[in-house]
Amino acid sequence: MRYLFAPAELFPILLEGLRGLAVWAGLPVMAGDWAGAALVMFGLFAFCALTVMVLVYAERKIAGHMQARIGPMRVGWHGVLQVIADTIKLIVKETWVPGSADRWVYRCAPYVVFTAGFLALIALPLDRDLTPVHLNLGLIYIVAVGTPGVIGILMAGWSSGNKYSLIGGMRSAAQMISYEVPLLISLMGVVMISGTLDLHMIVESQRVPYIIFQPLGFLIFLISAVAETNRNPFDIPEAESELTAGFHTEYGGIRFAYFFLAEYVNMFVLSALAATLFLGGWQGPWFPGWVWFLAKTGAILFLFIWFRWTFPRFRADQLMDLSWKILTPLAFLNLLATGLILVLL
Amino acid sequence: MEGLGAYSTIAVALGVAIFCLAAGVYISWLFRPMNPTPVKLEPYECGEPTVGTARVQFRGMFYLVALLFVIFDVEIIFLFPWAAAFRQLGLFAFIEMLVFVVILLFGLAYAWKKGALKWQ
Repeated sequence: MRYLFAPAELFPILLEGLRGLAVWAGLPVMAGDWAGAALVMFGLFAFCALTVMVLVYAERKIAGHMQARIGPMRVGWHGVLQVIADTIKLIVKETWVPGSADRWVYRCAPYVVFTAGFLALIALPLDRDLTPVHLNLGLIYIVAVGTPGVIGILMAGWSSGNKYSLIGGMRSAAQMISYEVPLLISLMGVVMISGTLDLHMIVESQRVPYIIFQPLGFLIFLISAVAETNRNPFDIPEAESELTAGFHTEYGGIRFAYFFLAEYVNMFVLSALAATLFLGGWQGPWFPGWVWFLAKTGAILFLFIWFRWTFPRFRADQLMDLSWKILTPLAFLNLLATGLILVLL
Repeated sequence: MEGLGAYSTIAVALGVAIFCLAAGVYISWLFRPMNPTPVKLEPYECGEPTVGTARVQFRGMFYLVALLFVIFDVEIIFLFPWAAAFRQLGLFAFIEMLVFVVILLFGLAYAWKKGALKWQ
């Protein structure tokens, strides 16, 4: 039970064991370290897959109840095994590279999109001692490695050789880079107050969650995050009624599953970032830190899902206007106001 | 977590992510049926026969958005260290950055007036 509440204590034991094993096998001690890092990453990959499964189930169930339906019910108790059934179906489903596609770019695109999300996820502080990769530039690292996802989407859209994919990919890219600007500037207020880019220190510096000092920043971050993940009400790139499925129209089976996985991993990363920067991360009374972290992230994820099933879709021009003409000036205003208050205090 | 250095761990993470995804594709390849036909290989356009290729010249609007993004992204890279050190630097840094940001916002206003932000 002790390790269940403090999973961070397990790692040194594991590392010691692996180093011992490496020495016993006649390898350098470093081999144990590499193996330890790889094991942690495999664990995180499993965590990713599990989180996405839970999220997909939650999304379908919540969507159902919001629309006065009951959602998946048939497979397992209240449909809990539906996600596993869907995964198996996606794995055994036939998939092929379309004849008009640029074969290698088409094949690589899902890897780029997923890897960007996964690399961002590993730097999140999950608990007081549980940051898989602890960097003193954590915030810059996360926003920097998350961005190549756009390139993956462009690769997918262009290489498919399908006009819907091309339009969807271009729209996705334009939208994601447009909302990246207010998203990043809204983070600046938090960085200014805490005076550090280390996510762990930002969490520790929050006696009071920063949402109290940065309500506008939080709002801008939330709106931009929803747009960044291409979700409703900003899902123009995937608008089913116009573009069939946007940039992944030509993808099927396991490769489609990777895009799906990446979308939810990105959603998780942005929610976790919002929880870390604005809601106090793993801080909280009574429960272990990671419970608080997951609870706060879950609350924001619920908001994401709630938005999706409540709002109608924007038009493309409204979308660009919202980013460049409203959110970006507002984010700069927030930045200057924060600076002014900090200087005057 | 201790053990490897942070950046080596990131390299390991990159390797593990690619390995896991490739393993997934391989497992799927073992189980899935594969019989592509010429009709299946056509791009999907809702059942209509496709007209022309998808490698077309695309609207210049997207290029303008990308240019604007690059300008602001470079500025943000500059803003991050400034924001992190803001408390030590005080009023002087604030005014310096104010000048810098206002010049850039003039740029945004100019682009706005020129109609670069108009989506048509």
